[in-house]
Amino acid sequence: MTSLERVEARDKVTGRARYAFEYPVEGAAYLMGVQAAVGRAEIASVDHEAALALPGVLAVLSCENAPEIAEVDDPELLVFQSRKVSYRGQFVAAVVAETWETAQEAARLVRITYADERRPDVRLSADHPGLYEPEEANGGFPAVSELGDPDAAFATAAVQIDATYTTPAQHNNPMEPHATVAAWEGDDLTVYDSNQGASTVQGTLAKIFKLEPAQVRVVSPHVGGGFGSKGTPRPNVVLAAMAARAAGRPVKLAVTRQQMFATTGYRTPTIQRVRLGADADGRLTAILHEVVSQSSTLREFAEQAAVPSRVMYRASNRRTAHRLTRLDVPTPSWMRAPGETPGMFALESAMDELAYTLGVDPVELRVRNEPERDPEQDIPFSSRNLVACLRKGAEHFGWADRDPTPAIRRRGRKLVGTGVAAATYPANRMPNKATARADADGTFTIRIAAADIGTGSRTALTLVAAETLKADPAQVTVELGDSALPRASLAGGSTGTASWSTAVVRACEALLDELDGEIPPEGVEATADTAEEIKSEPEYSRHAFGAHFAEAEVDIDTGEVRIPRMFGVFAAGRIISPTTAHSQFVGGMVMGIGMALMEQSVMDAEFGDYLTHDLAQYHVPACADVADVQATWIDEEDQHLNPMGVKGIGEIGIVGAAAAVANAVHHATGVRVRDLPITPAHLLPDF
Amino acid sequence: MRPFTYERADSVDDAVALHGEQTRYLGGGTNLVDLMRLGVEQPDRLVDVTRLPYDQITVAPDGGLLIGATVRNSDLAVSWSVRQTHPLLSQAVLAGASGQIRNQATVGGNLLQRTRCSYFQDITKPCNKRDPGSGCPARKGENHNMAIFGHSTACVATHPSDMAVALAALDASVHVHSREGKRVLPLSDFYRFPKDDPSRDTVLKPGELITEVEVPPLGMPSSYRKVRERASFAFALVSIAGALKVEDGVVQDCRIALGGVAHKPWRAHRAEEMLRGVAATKENYLRAADAELESAHPLRENGYKIPLARNLIVRTMLSLGEGA
Repeated sequence: MTSLERVEARDKVTGRARYAFEYPVEGAAYLMGVQAAVGRAEIASVDHEAALALPGVLAVLSCENAPEIAEVDDPELLVFQSRKVSYRGQFVAAVVAETWETAQEAARLVRITYADERRPDVRLSADHPGLYEPEEANGGFPAVSELGDPDAAFATAAVQIDATYTTPAQHNNPMEPHATVAAWEGDDLTVYDSNQGASTVQGTLAKIFKLEPAQVRVVSPHVGGGFGSKGTPRPNVVLAAMAARAAGRPVKLAVTRQQMFATTGYRTPTIQRVRLGADADGRLTAILHEVVSQSSTLREFAEQAAVPSRVMYRASNRRTAHRLTRLDVPTPSWMRAPGETPGMFALESAMDELAYTLGVDPVELRVRNEPERDPEQDIPFSSRNLVACLRKGAEHFGWADRDPTPAIRRRGRKLVGTGVAAATYPANRMPNKATARADADGTFTIRIAAADIGTGSRTALTLVAAETLKADPAQVTVELGDSALPRASLAGGSTGTASWSTAVVRACEALLDELDGEIPPEGVEATADTAEEIKSEPEYSRHAFGAHFAEAEVDIDTGEVRIPRMFGVFAAGRIISPTTAHSQFVGGMVMGIGMALMEQSVMDAEFGDYLTHDLAQYHVPACADVADVQATWIDEEDQHLNPMGVKGIGEIGIVGAAAAVANAVHHATGVRVRDLPITPAHLLPDF
Repeated sequence: MRPFTYERADSVDDAVALHGEQTRYLGGGTNLVDLMRLGVEQPDRLVDVTRLPYDQITVAPDGGLLIGATVRNSDLAVSWSVRQTHPLLSQAVLAGASGQIRNQATVGGNLLQRTRCSYFQDITKPCNKRDPGSGCPARKGENHNMAIFGHSTACVATHPSDMAVALAALDASVHVHSREGKRVLPLSDFYRFPKDDPSRDTVLKPGELITEVEVPPLGMPSSYRKVRERASFAFALVSIAGALKVEDGVVQDCRIALGGVAHKPWRAHRAEEMLRGVAATKENYLRAADAELESAHPLRENGYKIPLARNLIVRTMLSLGEGA
């Protein structure tokens, strides 16, 4: 496909692209949330007086006076409807004021008295008494799967790996904090909001405020990242709408970075036991992957970390299982590749341990265990090119010359090693609607309430429409990020491009059918709805695959780890927009470096909150951490996906990346770090 | 944030005259303004001192430096004289923060940074430094980056400045002005240990204003090294400012100061004393490092700082010795 620069690039770099908080709304007041300062209690009373006495304060909201709102699936959204404090940092009051500074100061003056305060239970452990098996894991997967006799097969395997891996809580931390501007006109609500799906937010707001969806408009043309944390509406959107109504004024709310660590989701910590049994040649006979994670007392969220082990490798005996416990913590949620990201760190670390134990090259070990069909569902893959990714990456990275012996390569005062890990992510689709319009001046307009959270979806859909219409991309305008447009699924689960482009292609095809010679002055419009098409999909196992190769340098004196080079190869169907796709892959890999080496939200066991609550404490890679990170792909032609043949690429770049780094650290040092992140403290005592 | 008044001082007399009970001097604001947003600092008046005539670096004939308190960190780091005569100082400043912050931050403000302890920064939690008598949850809580030297039951925080660690190694002194006049404080006495009053980071009296930092000549190879989990824009796990003079294989003089390990830059006097006059060998460096670290008292999660500091001392001395 032709390359196209990001269509809104100029708007973004010149500041013309408008983000939620920037919308100039006449007469806007400012809203600041007040967070619970205890981890588990009942609210006895909330004293608004001191805050209201501050000049410029317009309203204070809390459980003392909040209007009743309707129930929705996510209790995190039911702000001020209960006196129960479910976790420290939960929004328990809010202040509306003439300025943001006044609101901030007044928020500190809201006096909350707690009763029945108890020490919060916030520590996840593999023997937590509250552990239970949920019915389903996130994504609708069964919590447990089993084939053959995995325990017996493992017990009798020639070679066994039995290891426990842990990943810490991680916060999404998109560049743009969650923000909402809410304005009511009678019973019609308009919100300018930072989210991953305007239609989803519209539906939720309509339910909560008992409105028809048509009475709610959600405008979100530009979003500064989400990484899953904006995939579901967050309390900010409800708070803003509630406060705007209470104050009788439009209201602007930007969640502060500090508040985001309690109120906008995060990735659960995981404790994962992986057992691999293999014969002497490295052929797997048993795969067991058992995951422990946490959720809040409000809602069940079970990170599907063992699910990738259902598709990766061949073995006749297998079990995957998820258990979780409900703690006095914020509800964990989606963060870039929920399930696959922590799960593949464990599985791909274990594969490396197996390769090392057997003396088999880790690339070859994976090739040797490549399944011909989906190993659990026993259905064909629509396409699967993991082996091609491994081979291509190995060749490019110079893998053939690798001496597998750990801890023997030096570069000055640094130990050097290389590691490999595989990646996978499902290729799913959601139903969507779109319209395509032709105007007499020869231009085309595509309308769909899709989201571009920086991924390049606007650019990709422009290319998809241009190709279908056989038009120049310059003639095509894509309108998205507005719930007034045809209803769309959200930017999540790497389903965006596959789902939206199906609707765009069908709308464009319908338009072409209607175009008959001269376009009339009023234009021609066609609409598509893909609900039926998606329902009748033939049975295939649809997944993208990939391979990461990383080089690690570990300072002998300090244990500091740096990644001088990393190379990723992905097989993700057809790549629509090479420029922005490359950014997605590289961005995922960089986030994987962060996961491997630094990202970690530290739970304070006494107070029950995430102590790391700004970007000075929660480290993500700085430019200096990102050296030679490259990504490429294999062009796949997969007829069993969708009209464009795409699989989705937003998440696979991070999957397996941390394992590749950890495996490279092992190769460099001989130290196997099974608990992320790999900090100097892990590596120092062994030198 | 709480309303406050903003004044700009045109002279030192002006500045100290404007100082009242809840006043803070404002330099680059890169730390103070953050703390005001968090509610940790609640001044009712800010006196902007960045226009005071202390924005120069003067080189004395003997190679010593007089650095104005309003010199921006970036200007200090790139100063040709500093890089020639006191490279560890330039390296230390460049190891701190980011380019944008260094452009804004001043030398005086850098010295007066507050700890980045997360309990100190969260006004909903106890902290003896912020709220004397309320307790120190860091001592038994999350303390992987807290102090290993000189902490007390009241406080285990570390001082965050890189520049101050280099200045400690350099035997710098701080010039301060107040309504009572001027005094000069050796940097070694400028910072306090927390003891039972961690609310005071330094011995500065209310209203005292830093105007200059005086750095004696060094005359030996020096370097600064900072260890952190990411390559840039992070506070030190442990850092080291070192200088070493070796003649005929014997240590003539040396300086070792550690950052990230105490409430103040930790000058390794014991190690220095052991090294002066002995053979410049790895064994001696190791012995000196171990002797220094004998007085360390790690907390539950920061024991790794001991081997890290040891390795840094040995490696820094070896590298400086090789360069000689």
